[in-house]
Amino acid sequence: MSTRNIQVTLKIDGKEIKTRAGEKLLWAALENGIYIPNLCAIKDKPEPNASCRLCWVEIEGEKKPVTSCTVEVRDGMVVNTKGKKALDLSRAGFELLMASHALDCAHCSANGDCELQKIAKALKCSLKPKNLRPLRRELPIDDSNSLFTLDPNKCVVCGRCIWECRKHGDKAVLGFAHRGFKRVVTTFGDEPIGKDRCLNCRECVEVCPTGALAFKEKAKLKS
Amino acid sequence: MFLDKSRQLRQNCSGQYTMSKVNSAANEKERKHIVKETETILKRFTRKKQYLIPILQGVQGKLGYLPRESMLKIADYLGIAAIDVYSVVTFYNQFRLNPPGKHSIRVCLGTACHMKGGYITLDAWKRRLKIDSGETTPDREFDLDIVACVGCCTMAPVTVVDEKPEGQVEPTRVDGLLLGFGYEEGKKEKEKSESK
Repeated sequence: MSTRNIQVTLKIDGKEIKTRAGEKLLWAALENGIYIPNLCAIKDKPEPNASCRLCWVEIEGEKKPVTSCTVEVRDGMVVNTKGKKALDLSRAGFELLMASHALDCAHCSANGDCELQKIAKALKCSLKPKNLRPLRRELPIDDSNSLFTLDPNKCVVCGRCIWECRKHGDKAVLGFAHRGFKRVVTTFGDEPIGKDRCLNCRECVEVCPTGALAFKEKAKLKS
Repeated sequence: MFLDKSRQLRQNCSGQYTMSKVNSAANEKERKHIVKETETILKRFTRKKQYLIPILQGVQGKLGYLPRESMLKIADYLGIAAIDVYSVVTFYNQFRLNPPGKHSIRVCLGTACHMKGGYITLDAWKRRLKIDSGETTPDREFDLDIVACVGCCTMAPVTVVDEKPEGQVEPTRVDGLLLGFGYEEGKKEKEKSESK
């Protein structure tokens, strides 16, 4: 596509940014050092999931905030990532996620390296939901794999691990199953991931934004 | 319901391999039957993944549910991961992972039945049959499920037993209906010999 080579100039939080036309707003911001909270965004994925509802921004001239992962940059666009409307929406989305998150940072191997902590800091809100009562899923932890554990209670269902696993084609092990609140990252028949045909490529653990997929060794070091 | 499943999973994770929600053939004869029927259905489709749902519908239409062997065969045929088949099967309500029982129990949870305590009736069925909704008893005598409304709200709470709507199904009526099948604890053997 020829549009890929055309440069556009836009302003995000007062900072002038030059980027390729057709680029999504979220990536333009992230590449230029402006952090917008996000979980489900995957760079190589052609169509964004737009399911985490965290990357809200306000664009000048538009009435309502938009999710920055779905909006393409335009020349002369003026974007505000710190607008009140956008932040309120992001916080609401974050709170919904945290209401079912097994919050136990002190004993979590992702502590200090957790994207949820990073997002809470960026949104200036607490990890513990203020307006919602906690609704935990109380699912069992799968520790059958020798390299890592899968704790669905800490999972935010962003799908990053599945995207990586899918690169193995028909040998992929991880995927979504069930529907609605019961949706989990799991294997065929909800069987233990160690028993299954996992290739132990470690990619899923590397991309996990939380402690849902965690290396066993790292957990040992922390405790 | 979810807690029950997690209990099952917990057993899985603690090393011992037990069967989770996915059901396998009970014996070699059944396995052969499943494989044969699945292959017959697969022959009608080319190896394109957009045919996944029609294939699943076809197999379920023949077998009444989707056993493990069928799902793995379908995944293999279409060249997709088994988890992708499982994903679709668990997403849509129309797909069943449990074999149909000899008798089907459908508890209505529509508005009228709900007001009349349909969920209490459902609990009674669950307790008596020792299964959750959407499941089948291990002896494959009964399968339990819920329906949204069967159109005879004056009889609420309704349970449809083998296509026949039963009205005013209070927990005691549940016992009565089960007795009608000769299903009482310790009497299962008797029922089996009678049916033969």
